[in-house]
Amino acid sequence: MTATALSLAGAVRSGERSAREVVQASLDAIAARDGEIHAFNTVTAERALAAADRVDARIAAGEDPGPLAGVPVALKDNLCTRGVATTCSSKILDGWDPPYDATVVSRLAGAGAIVVGKTNLDEFAMGSSTENSAFGPTRNPHDLTRVPGGSSGGSAAAVAAGFVPLSLGSDTGGSIRQPAALCGVVGVKPTYGRVSRYGLVAFASSLDQIGPFAATVADAAACYDAIAGWDRLDSTSITDPLERTSAALGRGVTGLRVGVVAEMTDERMGIAPDVLARTRAAADALASAGATVEEVSVPAAIYGLSAYYLIAPAEASSNLARFDGVRFGLRVDAPTTAEMQRATRTAGFGPEVKRRIMLGTYALSAGYYDAYYGKALKVRRLILRDFEAAYERFDVLLSPTSPTTAFELGTKTNDPLTMYLNDVCTIPSNLVGHPALSVPYGTGSDGLPVGVQVMGPALSESLLFQVAAALEGSLA
Amino acid sequence: MNTTSTSGWETVIGLEVHAELATRTKLFSSARNHFGSEPNTNIDPVSLGLPGSLPVLNRKAVELAIRVGLALHCEIRPSVFARKNYFYPDMPKDFQISQYDQPIDLGGWLELPTGKRIGITRAHLEEDTGKNTHVGGSGRIGGAEYSLIDYNRAGVPLLEIVSEPDIRSADEAKAYVEELRSILVAIGASDGKMEEGSLRVDCNVSVRRPGEPFGTRCEIKNVNSLRSLGRAVEYETRRQIDLIEAGEKIRQETRHWDEQAGRTTAGRSKENSEDYRYFPEPDLVPVVPEAAWIEEIRAALPLLPADRRHRLAAAAGLVHTDQPVIVAVQRGLDGLAIDAIDAGADATRVLTHVEHNLAVDGAELLTGAVLAELVGMEMGGALTATQAKTVLAELVEAARAGAQGDPAAIAKAKGFEAMDDSAIDGAIAEVIAASSDEWERFKVGDAKERGKLTGFFVGRIMKATKGKADGKVVTAKLNALADGG
Amino acid sequence: MPARISRDDVSHVARLALLELTDDELERYTEQLGAILEHATDVEALDLADVAPLSHPLPVQNVFRDDEPGDALDREEVLGQAPAAESGRFRVPAILGEEP
Repeated sequence: MTATALSLAGAVRSGERSAREVVQASLDAIAARDGEIHAFNTVTAERALAAADRVDARIAAGEDPGPLAGVPVALKDNLCTRGVATTCSSKILDGWDPPYDATVVSRLAGAGAIVVGKTNLDEFAMGSSTENSAFGPTRNPHDLTRVPGGSSGGSAAAVAAGFVPLSLGSDTGGSIRQPAALCGVVGVKPTYGRVSRYGLVAFASSLDQIGPFAATVADAAACYDAIAGWDRLDSTSITDPLERTSAALGRGVTGLRVGVVAEMTDERMGIAPDVLARTRAAADALASAGATVEEVSVPAAIYGLSAYYLIAPAEASSNLARFDGVRFGLRVDAPTTAEMQRATRTAGFGPEVKRRIMLGTYALSAGYYDAYYGKALKVRRLILRDFEAAYERFDVLLSPTSPTTAFELGTKTNDPLTMYLNDVCTIPSNLVGHPALSVPYGTGSDGLPVGVQVMGPALSESLLFQVAAALEGSLA
Repeated sequence: MNTTSTSGWETVIGLEVHAELATRTKLFSSARNHFGSEPNTNIDPVSLGLPGSLPVLNRKAVELAIRVGLALHCEIRPSVFARKNYFYPDMPKDFQISQYDQPIDLGGWLELPTGKRIGITRAHLEEDTGKNTHVGGSGRIGGAEYSLIDYNRAGVPLLEIVSEPDIRSADEAKAYVEELRSILVAIGASDGKMEEGSLRVDCNVSVRRPGEPFGTRCEIKNVNSLRSLGRAVEYETRRQIDLIEAGEKIRQETRHWDEQAGRTTAGRSKENSEDYRYFPEPDLVPVVPEAAWIEEIRAALPLLPADRRHRLAAAAGLVHTDQPVIVAVQRGLDGLAIDAIDAGADATRVLTHVEHNLAVDGAELLTGAVLAELVGMEMGGALTATQAKTVLAELVEAARAGAQGDPAAIAKAKGFEAMDDSAIDGAIAEVIAASSDEWERFKVGDAKERGKLTGFFVGRIMKATKGKADGKVVTAKLNALADGG
Repeated sequence: MPARISRDDVSHVARLALLELTDDELERYTEQLGAILEHATDVEALDLADVAPLSHPLPVQNVFRDDEPGDALDREEVLGQAPAAESGRFRVPAILGEEP
């Protein structure tokens, strides 16, 4: 499927193509090639076709079917879908069909989009390669020996493989942007609170944010516009009025002040030379298009990794307590409830999830709270201060998304710390709640996609899409 | 358990009262807060802690917490919810959302009917758990084969009200809970039904020699009624004194009150479970009540029981700790009493009726004017005390039927007309003639002897006059006859 | 920073988190968690003395809902998803020990 979401919606809305036909094409593409990629945990063919028929019926009845009418979308499998398995790629949710839809799922349906399936992820979104899935890894459509990145690797791969023009992921420390970079698609992490988290199975509540993947910046903006906005079911949902970001795409970058983050363009931070070269090329392109480009230092940003790997596991250790074999999902029987809960959790969680639960439990436990979790929260404040200072001088900041292009499967699975270092450029935005996106910007020396990251202050999504559109245009 | 004397020891008690707030829905979701529904019918994704669900705070619960705070003279503070992490199957998320180091109500006091003030350390909002039913074995937790869980109660708003260790006896502990309950009910914060678990009490008990520092305390759980509270405190006091007098140390621990056995038993050691790993609840935002909202809530507060005791005492010329004053407020009849007194009725007589003759449903429907008229007739000698009581009962009946009765008309219909002196004298003469032995003893008897016999004579004379004679008048006449004639 | 995480520490947190570890896992996790925590000591370079903690990125307060009942979940649907249910309730094995 090479058509964009907007062109498909246009064709469906005008009656040129039926939603059924569009959805069937998506299902056919999945059937043909997902065996080798494994982007999907579940394909909901029947439901999708039924939903497509409802869109077609609305069009036949002369009703407005919504801005994304008939557009096939894929959902990361940590978004609750009523009556459809939601696994988080974990054994512990075996057999669970949620009795409710996530807010973003309802909003996509309201916009006329059609869910074709649920995509693979690192178990409970913990990972950077989608290798930590209980159902096996997802492979990078550009090179099947490589990872797609993670944790939303399935959603990134589904778009990169042309299965769907749009998908949703969740981003706690880079889980949308990093796989977008590695798969050569656009990936957006909105401002914390801009998209409702209701129905997203939580990893780290103060960091999680849902966002879109798309092949083009315009499609990503259209999808963001469909899912963003206040939700009464999420206390941390922002009430500020929404701007239609799609309207900002053509504004150009003349006069914009772009800061290239020094700490994230430093080879000593493990950023590969070819990735650095593409980031500089992106900066140059923006300068040629009329932006002012300068280097800026955000000194505390490099401590983001340390803060993140205490804060996120701490919250996760609590969020994942409820998986205890009592109310839903897996149960491993035992004579007493406590033994049953322990046996269930021991059998149901994979090694990375256990690692983070224990790390977080330790960081919060009596005697260590101040030294670990408490200190991490202070570092988080420092990072926010440094970003706020940078945004006094710059409108947006630029950096690589991921330190390298897609790596080979199995190369980083034995050393958690090395795997964590993938997130060094993406984590700071989550810690401070600011929006950031990754836009493809050519390829590295290995021919694999490179993404550059555009970051901005809270609620600057329009600006980020505007800059991304300019970068996308500069490659054309 | 032996019966060592508790004299020379002082019991020190602090109470933690969990009050279920009278909201329509749960603390963090729109599932109903309703006692007695079919199991697992008041549930939603939040109450069940389903993956992906998120809490949203109930404004009414916050308002009620502020009301309680104001009623207990607390400072209303910006507050933050935290997660208290521990595994227990009736707690759907395996953590409890509770205000931890930043509670909404801080530092207040409550005045007992005795006039003593008990300090309030804090009151904070938190969510209730579900309910386990143990099946098989004895039906108790120890021998059960398995358990069944109902999450209707999970997420019901609780306000945990923590007192200072200012309470010194079982009776005082009961008085504190009663007073707190009447405040909560008066301000509409809770229905206060202990039998439905709306009010649950944990008590911290320690003992010491007066003047010495506090002893090691034990926390007693499962105290489900005022009676249990009194018994548990008394038992625990003795247990601790016995241990200390036997040269042993008190271990700080949680103990369970066993109502049937009448004793407390040691709970599980908490060494491992007490690491609750509190941290700020990331799914909720801070609560910072605006001053205008607090003042609006304050302005709408009704008069509290202690204020009402002071007000009635002032109206009746009594002290707020006098028993009739306390009882009148307890029965909610202080307003009636004040109205009657304001209408000119004798305060003592009014409070006597309230205390002894109006412990009935519908008494609160009487008007002060009617009660004042009745008391006026009584004081003027038109009705005896006994007759007044009968008329009062009729008046309450009438009020319950929706009408205010007319005391004079009722008295007339009952034939309660004041007897003239000659009729009373005649009746007295008849009775004396029929009981000459007793009368001789009455005449020569000392005050004690006469006291005994007064009852005998008054009873017979009342019988002879069908209760129309005034007992006081008869007594006076008997004494006058004996001394003078 | 506290001393490096020990096997006993890991065993303690596993107990708190209701996870069971084999001896091999205990060994491996002790080493891995040690390395991650070791890396986190880089923040010692920062002066955090006067920095207030930031637990949440959203500068918002007082978010409430009205006290209005909403739809309940269907009990049979929910119990149908449960590992075990009986008489309208969730069924679990014997619970030992009283509530904390």
